Amino acid sequence: MLSPAHHPGEAAPIIELDGVTKRFPGIIANDSVDLALRPGEVHVLLGENGAGKSTLIGMLSGLLQPDAGQIRIDGKVQSIGSPSQALGHGIGTVFQHAMLVPTLTVAENLLLGGPWWRRPNKEGLVEKVETLAQQLGMRIKLDALAADLSLGEQQMVEILRALLRGSRVLILDESTSMLSPAGVEELGALMRRLVERGMALVFITHKLREATAFGDRISVLKLGRKVGEIEPGRFRELDEDTLMAEIVEMMFGIRSDDPESVAQVPGPVDDTIAPLFSVRDLALPAGPNAPGLSEISFDVRPGEILGIAGIDGNGQKQLAEALAGQRADAEGSITLDGAAIDGLTVGGRRARGLRYLTDDRLGEGTVGSFPVAINFFIKEVGAPPYWKGAFERGAAIDQRAAELIKDYDVRTPSRQTPIGQLSGGNVQKVVLARELAEGARVVIYNKPTYGLDLNNTLSIRQRIREVAAQGKAVILISTELEEVLGLANRIAVMAEGRITGFVDNGPDARMNVGRLMIGISQ
Amino acid sequence: MSAQDISTRPSTTEAAPEGEAGQPATPAARGVGKRLAMTVGPVLVALALAGLLLMALGVNPLTYYTYVIERGLLSPSGVQQTLTRMGPLLFLAAGLIVSFRAGIWNLGGDGQFLLGAVAAAASAPLLAMIMPAGFAVAIAFVIAIVVAMLWSLVPALLKGYQGVNEIITTLMMTFLGASLANVLVKLIFLDPGTTVPQTRTLPVADRLPRLFDTTISSGLLFGLAAIIAVHLMMVKTSFGLKLRIVGANPRAAIHAGLSVPKLTVAVFALSAGLCGIAGALDVLGVQGNVRADWNPGYALTVIPMVFLARFNGYASIAFVGLLSVLSIGGESAARRLGVPNDFTLLLVAIVLIVLAIAEYIDHRLSKAAKV
Repeated sequence: MLSPAHHPGEAAPIIELDGVTKRFPGIIANDSVDLALRPGEVHVLLGENGAGKSTLIGMLSGLLQPDAGQIRIDGKVQSIGSPSQALGHGIGTVFQHAMLVPTLTVAENLLLGGPWWRRPNKEGLVEKVETLAQQLGMRIKLDALAADLSLGEQQMVEILRALLRGSRVLILDESTSMLSPAGVEELGALMRRLVERGMALVFITHKLREATAFGDRISVLKLGRKVGEIEPGRFRELDEDTLMAEIVEMMFGIRSDDPESVAQVPGPVDDTIAPLFSVRDLALPAGPNAPGLSEISFDVRPGEILGIAGIDGNGQKQLAEALAGQRADAEGSITLDGAAIDGLTVGGRRARGLRYLTDDRLGEGTVGSFPVAINFFIKEVGAPPYWKGAFERGAAIDQRAAELIKDYDVRTPSRQTPIGQLSGGNVQKVVLARELAEGARVVIYNKPTYGLDLNNTLSIRQRIREVAAQGKAVILISTELEEVLGLANRIAVMAEGRITGFVDNGPDARMNVGRLMIGISQ
Repeated sequence: MSAQDISTRPSTTEAAPEGEAGQPATPAARGVGKRLAMTVGPVLVALALAGLLLMALGVNPLTYYTYVIERGLLSPSGVQQTLTRMGPLLFLAAGLIVSFRAGIWNLGGDGQFLLGAVAAAASAPLLAMIMPAGFAVAIAFVIAIVVAMLWSLVPALLKGYQGVNEIITTLMMTFLGASLANVLVKLIFLDPGTTVPQTRTLPVADRLPRLFDTTISSGLLFGLAAIIAVHLMMVKTSFGLKLRIVGANPRAAIHAGLSVPKLTVAVFALSAGLCGIAGALDVLGVQGNVRADWNPGYALTVIPMVFLARFNGYASIAFVGLLSVLSIGGESAARRLGVPNDFTLLLVAIVLIVLAIAEYIDHRLSKAAKV
């Protein structure tokens, strides 16, 4: 953990939000929120999905306008009418998803946005970048194509871009959600160096450990209102565990020691039971931007959760797609309950009870512009009783959709709301309902809690346990070690498209999995 | 403008069909009202702008518009011509709706139309000599459909299995198709009985029947049936939903196990088949033959109408009607007022530009109000 070396007390805030309110149809996204961003502080913003963090950031970065309240910059009331005005005020934002042009080099990306009549000054840029990178201990490859950078590197470039534009306030919106553990540490150290230069940072995260490790001050949002703030003074006094307990109390109103920790570690299941799902010598050719798969073999028994750990981008997604039948070029044998399914299509495998919950919930899991109700059924279009002959039975669909919305606690304004307008947690609930409600026997989860808030994360993990307890075979792909250790009976570690080892879950599992991960990643 | 107005507006590419029930009444009504304003408003602005152009040409815009309405809509012969013209245009619109809603931009409608027309013109008169006219016309339609579908096979396979951009391939194929249609008329299906380069002529008695005592071709009814059927297919059937999934999110279609290549080929076949019928309909219902170098360019003119209608079948009927009035009236006005015939196209172009600007402004505003 990093111990902040320097705290400038209560410096005058660069930006103050005073009673800022923003309404959307049916909801108040921000309800008179007060927030002060002071130089030299990492201000952590915590809250569940839909608590209003994105709206707040939207208003700070000029994408949204408040309906009430005022924003003061350097003590003067100002409006932030557009992203370029926000930049003009020295507010830079690094969004969750990288916003670089993939076909341009890093240098070209950094030069974008200059006045159109002026020649891009590459020499000047090189000089400035070198100075900044040296001061901040960043490694920047100016001539690399943005598309070739890892997500962590892309984020560094975006932070650098904000600095080059003279930002005094830097907003990091869920910047750690896509990073490897090492990347997170690196980002934390960089944040510390940035505030030491007198910047004000806003750091949004779902992970309490990151909040306590990297923050100076914490504000908690709940249902659009600010429900609490921990001042730097108190922040330093409290130890990490007390701090977390206090934050959890603020966020959920329930005290719990460590919400992510699990009391009992699941042990291995009886290996005399016949496997429900077996994979032998699964292989897939490598793509231009994706690793292939080779020699993947494993068994999953009924009631077992097989965790697949590994650093992101080592073939986990390809494995899930090959198992689900989305990859026609996959080789090897896959059997479900003794019957080969490797010759079947996606629909055929689904009919046998194989379910794949993709990690890309809006990209491929759902059709964002379609109503919630239809998204429950896009994997069984044409199937009775929701279609009769070729014709849609709207009443049957609506009725079943209403049941699923209730059973899975999907929070949506209506069944007809385009699913793209829901928060990530609610989209995931729709996907869960679609995959698990009927006929599931083998369930593949790919990063099931990625990007979700704590409450949803915990309830989805509970659901995964329940699914396994019903005697289904579960494959849990996750890049979060905690998640795998908390749920899986057995853990396979993946690296570069292969399984590098299996570990039975138990007291030594963390160390053994860690060893396997590190041994390969170096 | 309030945030409510903006967020209830469906996006252009996925025009929410009104048919899907269960929406709360007020936002739905507001959405429809807004869409209506967003559609009619630009048309009115465009009429005003085109009026300025007319003034620059030395023509009183009011005279011109009155004359167009008079000849295209109000006079008995004009309205009959207008309704007759709607038949083929409706089939084209139906064909375009199928492909556009599936996210496939079939811009080769004119080639498919012309080849369908030539196929029908070549076969119908010959068939009519050996069988009853009704059978002959029916078989001619089938031949036209098959020919148009075959013409779309190359772009379809390239798109479905190789991912080649269909905008480019269909546009290229439409030029080739128009030339091939010409070659066929001039070299192979030439009517030996006349010196004019054209196909044999189907006798008026053998053509599609007219409606009642008018000169309106029954093609209008087929066209209306076709576009309504296509609309219902897209909105109400599983096949239509599959196509819309492919159109709205191809990756979700793969994830859901839909066979995107096969659906793509099916879309091309349907779309081209409908365009081919449009060509055959114009020949078998109205023209009776195909003259060399004949290319009315209907398909490309209908595209803006389908966009204005947001790919909605019912709205497309209205816009196709408007286009027919403008083009029939415009043709008369060209003769009487000396305004070039292409002024109709100009008018459509101005409507599109104004619409694009309106969309842009609306998009900016809604983006500013979105989370």
